[in-house]
Amino acid sequence: MRKTLLASLATLAVVPALAACTENASPDSESGDARTLAVASTKDACDVSAKTAPAGTISFDVSNTGSDVTEFYLLAEDGLRIVGEVENIGPSLTKTLTVTVPEGEYVTACKPGMVGEGIRADFKVTSSDEKVTVSADEAELIEQATNNYRAYVQDQTSQLLVKTKEFVELYKAGDSDDEARALYPVAREHWERIETVAESFGDLDPKMDAREADVDFAAGEKWTGWHAIEKDLWPARAEKYAAWTPEERATYADDLLANTVELDKRVQATGTGALEYPLDAIANGSRGLLEEVATGKVTGEEEFWSRTDLWDFQANVDGARIAFEGVQPVLETKNAELAEQLTTRFTELNELLDGHRKGDGFVYYDELTKDDVDQLAAAVNTLSEPLSHLTAAVVS
Amino acid sequence: MTTGAAKVSRRGLLGGGIGVGAVAGVAGAFVAGRGTADEDAAAAVVSSYAFRGERQAGIVTPAQDRLHFVALDVTTEDRDELIGLLQQWTEAAERMTQGGSAGPVGPVRGATDVPPDDTGEAIGLPASRLTITFGFGPTLFRTTDGKDRFGIADQRPEALEPLPHFRGDIDDPARSGGDICIQACADDPQVAVHAIRNLVRMGFGVTAVRWSQLGFGRTSTTSTSQSTPRNLFGFKDGTANVKAEEAQALAEHVWVGKDDDQASGWLTGGSYLVTRRINMTIEVWDRQPLGDQEQFVGRTKDAGAPLSGGDEFTDPDFELPGRSGPIIPTDAHVRIVHPDQNDGARMLRRGYNFVDGSDDIGGLNAGLFFIAYVRDPRTHFIPVQRQMASSDALMEYLKFTGSALFAVPPGVAAGEYVGQGLFG
Ligand SMILES: [Cu+2]
Repeated sequence: MRKTLLASLATLAVVPALAACTENASPDSESGDARTLAVASTKDACDVSAKTAPAGTISFDVSNTGSDVTEFYLLAEDGLRIVGEVENIGPSLTKTLTVTVPEGEYVTACKPGMVGEGIRADFKVTSSDEKVTVSADEAELIEQATNNYRAYVQDQTSQLLVKTKEFVELYKAGDSDDEARALYPVAREHWERIETVAESFGDLDPKMDAREADVDFAAGEKWTGWHAIEKDLWPARAEKYAAWTPEERATYADDLLANTVELDKRVQATGTGALEYPLDAIANGSRGLLEEVATGKVTGEEEFWSRTDLWDFQANVDGARIAFEGVQPVLETKNAELAEQLTTRFTELNELLDGHRKGDGFVYYDELTKDDVDQLAAAVNTLSEPLSHLTAAVVS
Repeated sequence: MTTGAAKVSRRGLLGGGIGVGAVAGVAGAFVAGRGTADEDAAAAVVSSYAFRGERQAGIVTPAQDRLHFVALDVTTEDRDELIGLLQQWTEAAERMTQGGSAGPVGPVRGATDVPPDDTGEAIGLPASRLTITFGFGPTLFRTTDGKDRFGIADQRPEALEPLPHFRGDIDDPARSGGDICIQACADDPQVAVHAIRNLVRMGFGVTAVRWSQLGFGRTSTTSTSQSTPRNLFGFKDGTANVKAEEAQALAEHVWVGKDDDQASGWLTGGSYLVTRRINMTIEVWDRQPLGDQEQFVGRTKDAGAPLSGGDEFTDPDFELPGRSGPIIPTDAHVRIVHPDQNDGARMLRRGYNFVDGSDDIGGLNAGLFFIAYVRDPRTHFIPVQRQMASSDALMEYLKFTGSALFAVPPGVAAGEYVGQGLFG
């Protein structure tokens, strides 16, 4: 989804390492449970209800009773490595940090005003029956996942650029529309595979991938990009559509190409302008791609004119699977069961999609029966449900 | 809340005649307890609202729990027929809002060789705080092909133009527009449906149903006596709504002033009614992490406090810095639609949740039937919707599937019919 990656990039650029899953306190969390602790963060104090807790999954209900925005951290013994954190707690609000921690010495910290060292105290996690292991080479696995995913995105945008060039030529030529139509869904696959990354460029996405309904014509917005060209190539479902002149074709085609060049440039950037792919962004991206399928592709809304939704569908699923597989080694150390479930469900969805292949591509959306669409929608839900737990699982 | 007091039955009230003071808002009526779980203390002591008054009921009236809304096309070109129907509707609405029957005779007392003038499914049910509110759409004044069927085109308020297409709208003409609308709100769905069903029946030959919508679970608060309800995303909605008690704000944001539009003095004291059918992609939303949901909305899910802190009614602090940018994200719903970001424009909302079964791929066909009353849609609604369509994080989970605008005439005085100012 548009938001997911951007938000995570911004957040994680500042706080490195693993963010834990955070959630709001349920109003009745006073269970007297030794693993549920209350933290009161004020201007100059950070009162944790106990100095110790048994190993396992521990929750800190952090109430901000001060007047500044506060944060709470659980740090490793060295006071440097972040085990878990919850940020952006407004005055009078309560948020919960849930972390799974093994026996050992730790440090708690509240950071009213979000700056400085924070108010720190020692915290001890005692041994318990619960086995909590943290893989020693987890950091390595994470770095590997990040590097692999970056390489994948870069590869896709460069392929997108090559195919878009080719497509634009065919389209501009005016005498090769059949070839342009054949290339259209194939070129777009590279976009759809990394759609969550592409969409995180809020300036480029609407210019390149807006559907007609997404455009506010009354406010003077112009419709450009893939889908505007799609309508010109497949005007069958349009009412009284006036085909574009060669000049108009050239304008729209050149614009699409220019934006694709820009997209590729940003994705390939290195150094300070380089994109970051923190673990949770990759995992969220996987979930986001499946959401794209659920809201646009399975309903046949994305490719309204060409009916080539299944190409997009497959590409989104490919992208989601690659992202999942990237973080899979990390997931396996934390929740092997979820990893296995996701693997199975990706396979099932792919098998279902295989049933609709035709030649090098797929059948058109109109050729699907109601039953086919139902089955696809159900498979998307079946996969999406466990996938919505992926991020929390890999960063826990 | 009282229980067991005098039950008001439709049968017992045939012929009406219950005198009630007609004041906007909580009109005084008789006290009758309804043994329901209605938590709205102030509302519970009132069991019916007067139909006649300075304003139409159903706008600032404390929002009831159920809705049946209908948009109609006028099928006749005969002005007198239309006026006749408005007169008939006025009488019927007056009777039904007092717990009476739709027609003067009632469901079971008439001749046996003609259909009853009331369909009868509300026999024995109390008035259930029913309100019936009428509005006129742009096409009543001039059809889309330019025809002035009733000689009222020159009285069309300038602001009464079909709403524009907004980004993300999936225009469905079969769920949009209409010449006339009727909003029936009540605590009992059967009472609301009974009202619309009978009004529609009276209209056959003069009007035909274009679309209709059932709603449950009001999603906003029109009175400070009510607690803020939740929408189907599970969040409190309408915290910043204009409330019945805010006379000044109502005059500024809801009621059409006498100098607002020279050509349409008949609308003075009335309002504009915007409806938007908003489908929510429920299943996808349900997979969003709690923290993300709160970021999209800009409020906490439990108390509805702004992320900048405080409680539900604390003003959001949009400047307050968080870890990366403002603590209330720049695309959070609460920020995008807040009056501070929209030239101070406020609306009186009285939307309802809806679930129209499932869609054709097994998802909930559900969402929010948005209803807002505004003084001028051009300043109070369109810019806000445009803002929302272009920058609201929630848009990712919404599909707008119906849209309409109506001018709602002021209240009906004794001896008048609804819309008399326009046709009289
Ligand atoms: Cu809202």
